Amino acid sequence: MGRFTSLILYGFFCVVVVAAAQGRWVNPYILQIAMFVGINVILSASLNLVNGYMGEFSVGHAGFMAVGAYVTSVLNVWLFSTTKVFGPAVLDPSTAVYLFPATLLLGGIGAALAGLLVAIPSFRTRGDYLAIITLAVNYIVKSSIENMQVIGGARGFMGMSGIVNAMHEAVNLPWILIWVLVCVGFTVWVIHRFVNSTYGKGIVAIRDDEIAAEIMSVNTPRMKMIAFMLSSGLAGVAGGLFAHILGYINPGTFTIMKSTEVLVMVYLGGMGSLSGSVLSAVSLTLVLEFFRPLQVAKWVVVPLLLILLMLFRPEGIMGHREFTDIFPRLRRLFSPKGKEE
Amino acid sequence: MALLEISHMTLFFGGLRAVYNFNMKLGGGELVGLIGPNGAGKTTVFNMVCGFYRPTEGEVVFRGKRIIGLKPHEVTSLGMARTFQSIRLWNSLTVFENLCISQHYRLGYGLWDAVWRTGRYRENERRVRNTAEELLEILGLRHYAMEYPKNLPYGLQRRVEIGRALSIRPSLLLLDEPAAGMNPGEIEELIELIRWIRSEFQLTIWLIEHHMRVVMNVCEWIKVLDFGETIAEGSPHEVKKNPRVIHAYLGEEEPAHA
Repeated sequence: MGRFTSLILYGFFCVVVVAAAQGRWVNPYILQIAMFVGINVILSASLNLVNGYMGEFSVGHAGFMAVGAYVTSVLNVWLFSTTKVFGPAVLDPSTAVYLFPATLLLGGIGAALAGLLVAIPSFRTRGDYLAIITLAVNYIVKSSIENMQVIGGARGFMGMSGIVNAMHEAVNLPWILIWVLVCVGFTVWVIHRFVNSTYGKGIVAIRDDEIAAEIMSVNTPRMKMIAFMLSSGLAGVAGGLFAHILGYINPGTFTIMKSTEVLVMVYLGGMGSLSGSVLSAVSLTLVLEFFRPLQVAKWVVVPLLLILLMLFRPEGIMGHREFTDIFPRLRRLFSPKGKEE
Repeated sequence: MALLEISHMTLFFGGLRAVYNFNMKLGGGELVGLIGPNGAGKTTVFNMVCGFYRPTEGEVVFRGKRIIGLKPHEVTSLGMARTFQSIRLWNSLTVFENLCISQHYRLGYGLWDAVWRTGRYRENERRVRNTAEELLEILGLRHYAMEYPKNLPYGLQRRVEIGRALSIRPSLLLLDEPAAGMNPGEIEELIELIRWIRSEFQLTIWLIEHHMRVVMNVCEWIKVLDFGETIAEGSPHEVKKNPRVIHAYLGEEEPAHA
């Protein structure tokens, strides 16, 4: 117990989920929803880093997700499968099982570099103006992909299901589910540790008073760059996973609609609350799925729920707090003995 | 080597001459004041010295290094700290965290160490925490460590802000109107605090102040600014009697019409 409690609990949870998938105790539909929940957790937690902790208003998160999705997918299809455009497979398809995390990481790095498109303007401008820049970046990414015929343009890009099958044939495990679980854990862990270090709290200082932060020796351009790149990089990883769940991507998926969905999760959960982001990503994804039988009426009912929530609880489900603030007893379980963090 | 040497510092905002030909030399260990009527350019001088504005002309040398063109956080890391006219603490962070984050320039670790909690992270984090704890202890703020600054009374907020500046371990401390908005009791405490800080930390203090009580009691040397120009300097006693200073503060008597 103590400092490894959360790791052990999460590991146990992952084993149960993977076992359930492997043993076919749950149907593929539920499994897919579970993976989308994971994707949304990564997206909302990473956006919370910028919108909640750093206090900027980024509305183009789906753009970074798109970069990650395309980079990972194109790399995988080029390396592990034979297609008309990219020619024969560069490597043996069975190696995909080992190299998948590497391509996922490269997708994340690609997205982090795209994050520079937002990070650099953020040194000079902030607030509404920066929000418009993030919106522009979202459109730049989407339009660029639409106009790249090599990767399918507006028709989209496919072939990832072949990779997933190859991984499955090499080692018979639900690989994408495993990587979703690993990445969710990794995201939450990285963000938690970052914002709880004095180093990472520099971005909270930027939110509270940027001028004071700069004059009190916080290297604000560098901190902004780190926050934006970390946030967009994690979104890119989420994109890469998303592409392999569906087996097909198309630029139309990564529009402002998707960004808004993530934005809603962040504000629903509470800005600057990591557990809030996780909670709201899980609940909103499930609620949206639950209302699927309502068909189009879903888009009336769900926003209405949001309006009501914002009326009665404008700070989001968790406000600025974390789980451990609400249930202090949990803290005793999760941190080393006698040490209050 | 002088601690701070400012020569011919001038700043124009478009056609407006905010500060003109400002000169100053601090050898180290002084307690000097900068006074002047509202809008005289006092805070502008501070903003140029700490790197927030870039002077149109002139030179600023701090500890032997030219600091014009450096970013504020770079100037701060050379050992210059300041407080603000209106308190600018980080309100969603505790007093303790406020004093930790201001040590950002000598944290000595980065994202990698923070995520993996390496030995370097633990070591540096402990050092940062110790510094903050020590400062809170000697400033009598230990009980407020876990409070949010906005919940503290005004005088204490000032004290926290001074503490935050001290956590930078500066050799020069700039105080911008530390007594603004304080009641007489708090002002007495402040005067004591400023004197005590100087002797305890062996640093140079340069302050802007409106309260004559603070200025006359604390400062050894005073510079008077009006419309961006230095109109007088000297000991508090001399400055008080200087006709140009009286003129700047009180205006001239209208000559009687014949």
